Formats: sequence, structure tokens, C-alpha cells
Amino acid sequence: MTLTAPAEPATPPRTAPARRLRDRLSPYAYVAPFFTLFAAFGLFPLLYTAFVSLYRVELQTPGDMEWRGLGNYTALLADEFFWTALRNTFTIGVLSTVPQLVMALGLAHLLNYKLRARTFLRTAMLLPYATSVAAATLVFAQLFGRDFGLFNYVLGLVGIGPIDWQNGTLASQIAVSTIVIWRWTGYNALIYLAGMQSIPSELYEAAEMDGASRWRQFLHVTLPGLRPTILFTVVVSTIGATQLFGEPLLFEGSMSGGISHQYQTLGLYLYEQGWGFFHLGRAAAIAWVMFLLILVLVGANALVARRRNRKEAGR
Amino acid sequence: MTTARAARRRTALRLGGVVLAGTLLAACGSGSGTSLSDTAGGKVTVTVDLFGSFGYEEAGLYAEYEKLHPNVKIKQTDTQDEADYWKSLQTRLAGGGGLADVQGVEVGRIASVTQQQADRFEDLRKYGAESLKGQFAEAKWAAATAKNGEVLALGTDVGPEAMCYRTDLFAKAGLPTDRTELSKRWSTWDGYLELGKQYKAKAPGKSAWLDSVGSLFSIMIGQEKERYYNASGELIWETNPALKTAWDTSVEASEAGLSAKLDQWSPQWNQAFSAGSFATIPCPAWMLGYIKGQAGEAGKGKWDIATLPGGSGNWGGSYLAVPKAAKNKKEAYELIKWLTAPEQQAKVFAKQGNFPSATAAITKIAGTTDPYFSDAPIGQIFGHAANTAPVQVLGVHDQNINQQITNALSEVERKGLAPQKAWENARKGVANTLG
Repeated sequence: MTLTAPAEPATPPRTAPARRLRDRLSPYAYVAPFFTLFAAFGLFPLLYTAFVSLYRVELQTPGDMEWRGLGNYTALLADEFFWTALRNTFTIGVLSTVPQLVMALGLAHLLNYKLRARTFLRTAMLLPYATSVAAATLVFAQLFGRDFGLFNYVLGLVGIGPIDWQNGTLASQIAVSTIVIWRWTGYNALIYLAGMQSIPSELYEAAEMDGASRWRQFLHVTLPGLRPTILFTVVVSTIGATQLFGEPLLFEGSMSGGISHQYQTLGLYLYEQGWGFFHLGRAAAIAWVMFLLILVLVGANALVARRRNRKEAGR
Repeated sequence: MTTARAARRRTALRLGGVVLAGTLLAACGSGSGTSLSDTAGGKVTVTVDLFGSFGYEEAGLYAEYEKLHPNVKIKQTDTQDEADYWKSLQTRLAGGGGLADVQGVEVGRIASVTQQQADRFEDLRKYGAESLKGQFAEAKWAAATAKNGEVLALGTDVGPEAMCYRTDLFAKAGLPTDRTELSKRWSTWDGYLELGKQYKAKAPGKSAWLDSVGSLFSIMIGQEKERYYNASGELIWETNPALKTAWDTSVEASEAGLSAKLDQWSPQWNQAFSAGSFATIPCPAWMLGYIKGQAGEAGKGKWDIATLPGGSGNWGGSYLAVPKAAKNKKEAYELIKWLTAPEQQAKVFAKQGNFPSATAAITKIAGTTDPYFSDAPIGQIFGHAANTAPVQVLGVHDQNINQQITNALSEVERKGLAPQKAWENARKGVANTLG
């Protein structure tokens, strides 16, 4: 601005303050649409949910709001189903996130080499992600069928008795996790691949000169270089795992996550309370607990990352 | 009482669940565009929003009505899964927008309408519905009447119960296949279980006697006057001896290994119809169409229908109501009055198998037989059941309570959980449901 000012002496001095004001305000005007939308569709529902969570509200009679204070929250503490859902969310989260990210790393590492049909393979990685949850889950639900499912058929060939993928606790959680893994591995692999390509190739060349195997290169060049990317995927996957909903809902089409709630996640429990039993107040409380949970998890992640970075810097 | 028609299409619409969240949001504020009415071109467009298959379109009733009333155009929207439909209807009722002129209501939900939401639906007496009272089976009419006498909906079908069975499997297991003889042999539930044990001893293939104990429980509870609530609206399910009997019989069937351990309305259950995984299935009238759909042409003539052990009962059925927020209430009333008239109900039965709730229609179809079910006299079997079924006490949470109990029964059936523990789980589940 200061550089161009002398070049335009013709500008009437009168308009200068107005223009300066405009210049100062225009960035805000540019970002305003986002924040307006965010306020309307992000912030307001968030606050309203907090408000509703303090009342007893039923969807069928939304006019009768009965003040409960923190009652909905304290009720959750004594609610066996809530704890089951929390535990399930955690175990399914671990069962799906850990193998998913490990496999994505491996795939990305392979795709990073010069391969035939590399572009095709990279595009193919995204296909599961592009499939809708509903379609994928419907197919997997058939594959995991107890009596006529493909997985049990194959297991039967090697002499393993039919597994009840719907009703077993671990079995059902593995089945749900499988769908998640199938959908998201390729997506994460592409993110890793992008991260890997920003690692300078000289590092690999130097490692190769030193006689490092590909595995050693992966451990000592790729992994450290990818740390910020890995952190990012961990955070995103954690958020995704905490909110897991579509896969368990459609797996059997039951809001209760199986006959014994064996794979009911927090998201599903929220849905069951709100849209199955119409207890909007309780559902709102669960939503807020989930929100806080995510904040804590993401915060913990950031903390760990910061400490590592500091350690690294100090080294 | 599972949602009859509801559940019928549940599997088809698993997909619906995903978009549901979005739909709810959309329905909340603006109202879905399809269900808004307009009067373009001097014509009144009456919107009808239903679930499952009421069979009106299939039976050509809309076309017929439009011909009779040239100024009316009918536009129907349809959600396959009743549970999804009900959620979305509740959201729109709460928001007061996006409602159709005519909304379908399942019998398991009608108590919620009469007891909690009477102020959201039109009192049809305003339009002269009182004069229709004599047309309907008494119970059907009473269930849609609120305490202060408001008539909030008109009855469509009912769910009289019978027992459907596979004659080919019966023959292979050395059991009688004649429907009159079977009706006699299983006149009681003990007789039914006894025959089941005989079947199991010589069961062809890996087939079981029964599809699931959940359907056994639901059909037995359909034979009771009082189930989860008593006439004064108190929860009695924990102490209700009739419910205990239904529970115990279901547990007995499970422990005797008579069930195929299938989850009703699941894809596995659907596949089992054509695979011949079970020999009997308790069937309300609306189930006939479902069996035909799942077992397909190959099943034709292999099925038959006998009367239900332990007497008559009712499971399912629906209503048509006009919300207060509807645009064309008068026209809507004229339409539902016509659709629920005996002639039209009989036509739907002929096409779709949904059993009429209008008494004149019941006599009209008394002679109907069904070639798919070995020419079983369905008009007579279901007609008798409909005329002798108890007048049920309906409660606001019937659906959810039933769901919790059948879930617990499934735990016994499929996970071998001790019945006492499962009962405890049912209690916790119901408490959670009621909040």
C-alpha cells in the first residue's frame, strides 16, 4: 500500500479515509459469509443443544420442557448403556483405526516406488472412500451373514465353524471395524503418499548409499518425515471413530447396535435416545459429552505432539 | 407389536437410515417440497404421505378417485420403513411444517396420537366422521378415538393372525399337511411345540420348526387384551401373567432348539424364506404378501395356512389421519373417507392381502382363497380371526417395549443367555426406553 501511494498522486485526499476504512474492512467482508453460516448452522445448534440438554424434552411433546439442570448428565454416569456405548466406541475405534493407519502407511510406502500403472493404483485407492457407507455396509452385512455369508463359507472350507458375526461381541465389532477399515485405508494412504513426496529424495539416496534396506529407509527416513502427517491422520481418525455411526447403524439396521448393544457406539446411542425413544434432552446431553470427549482427545493428541517436538528441538 | 407393514420393508430400506439424519434436518425447517400442496390449474392437489405399502396405488384407487373427482389430483409420497417414517413425521409435527394432507399412522403408534398429540390432528367429527362409526370393527374405531371423544383417524387394515407353514417340509418330516387337521393338533401352544419337537426329530435338511422366538412372542402377545399397559394406562408388563406365558413359551421353544434363530426383517431372515430354513411362521394377514415376495414363484403351492394356536389375535394394521397443519383438510377427509370405505378396502385386500377393518368388507371377501397358499380359504381364516380377536389396550410405548423384550429373547435364542438374565436385560431396556 505504502509503495503504491506515491504513484497515485491524483487520488483526492478526501476519499482516503473512506478507502482506508474499506481496505481495512474488506477482508472481514470476505470471510463474513463463512462466519455467518457457521454461526447459523454451527454455533447456534451447538449452543441450543447445550440448552436443550438441561431439560427433559420429548420429541412428541416439544412444548413441555421440564428443567433438569445437570440431571441428564448425571443420569448418564449411572447409565449402563452409555458406558457400554463408550466402551464400544473405544474398542471399535482402536480395532478400526490402528490397522487402518498401519495398512495405509504400508500401502503408501509401496505406492511411493516407481510402479507400473501407478496412477491407476492411486486412483483405485480412493474407490472405497467414494462408495457410500450405505452401499458398502449392505454388501458387508451380506458377506458377514451367519448362514449364507461368504466369510463363513470360506472359514467353513478351512474347518472353522460358522461365526455369528452379528451377535458375538468381538465378532460384531471386528465386522464393523472391517467396513471402516475398508473404506478409509485408501484415503489415508493417499494422504501419507502426499506427505512422503515432500520428503527430499536426497535423504533416500543418502540412505541407500549407506546401504540401508528399504525397510530401514522406511523406519529411519519415511516415518520421521511423516510425523506431522501421521499426527494429522490420527487426529482425524480419532474424531471419525468417536462419531462412528453409519456403519454400525446399517450393519443390522438396528439402533440398539445388536441385541445386547454389543456394537452400539456413542453416535448410535445418541440416535437411539433422540430418534428411537424421542428423548431429545438426553440425546443432547450425549451429544455434548461426545463433543467434550473429542476436545479432550484432540487436546491430548496435541499435547503429546508438542512434547515430542520440544524433545526433538532440545536434542 | 412390531410395525407390521413397517417392518415388512425394513430391509429394503436399510439405506434410508443414512439419509435420515439429513432428511430430518431438511424436514425440520422448511418442509419437504414433495408434500406441499398446491392448487395449480384450478385443481386441488391432495398430498398423501405413507409408509410401507398401503396398496392404494397398486390397486388403482388413486386413478379411480381422480376420475370420480376431476378437480382433485393425488400425490403420494412413501417411506418404506415405518420407523423412519414415524421419526420424520414426529419431527415435522414438532416443527409444524412440511406435513401432507393425509398421514398414515401404524396401530402401534395410534395411542401416541390419541394420548399425546390429539392437538396436532384434525378431529374428523368436524367433517361428519361420526356417521362412519358403524362401518368399522369396534376396536379399530375405538383405538383412534381420544378420551374426549375426538376422532383422529380412520382405520385401514387390521392384522388378524394365523399360522403359515410349508407343506413340503411337513411331508418330508412325516407330519400331517392338512390344514384342518393341523389346526386341531395345534389348537394350543403346547400342541404346537409338541408338533415342533416331532418335526425336529426328522427335520429335512437343516431346517428349523420356527423362524424366530421373537415372532412367536409377538404373535402370542397379539392374542391378549392387555399386554404392556392396562386399561387405565398403567404399565403392567412386568406383572402381566399373559406376557409371562408368552415369554415362557418362547423360551421353551428356544431351549428345545425349535427356532432357526433368525432376526425378523433381517437379510438373513429374507433369504431363509426361499432357502426353506423353517417350516412354520406365525403370520398376520399382511405377512402373506411378504412371504410371496421373499419366497417367490418357486414357493407357490408349497405354503399353506392353518388357524393360530391358542385362539385369535391381532398384530398390526394402520390408520389415515389429517394433521392440523394440512393445507386441504376438507378434500383430505373426503379422500380418506373414500379410501377406507368397505368397497375400497376389499379391493386392497384382493390386490395386496391387507385385511380390511370395515365390517362390510370382511363379509364381502369371506370367500377368498389364495392359490399361492394351496388355495387356503384366507377370507374365512382371517375373517374369523378378525371377528374374534380381543380388543387390545394400546399404549404409547408399545412398539419400543416390544422391541426390548424381543431383543432379550433373541439373547436367549442366539447367545444362550440364561432366561432370568435376559429378563433382567429386558427390564433395563424398557426403563431406558421410557427414560
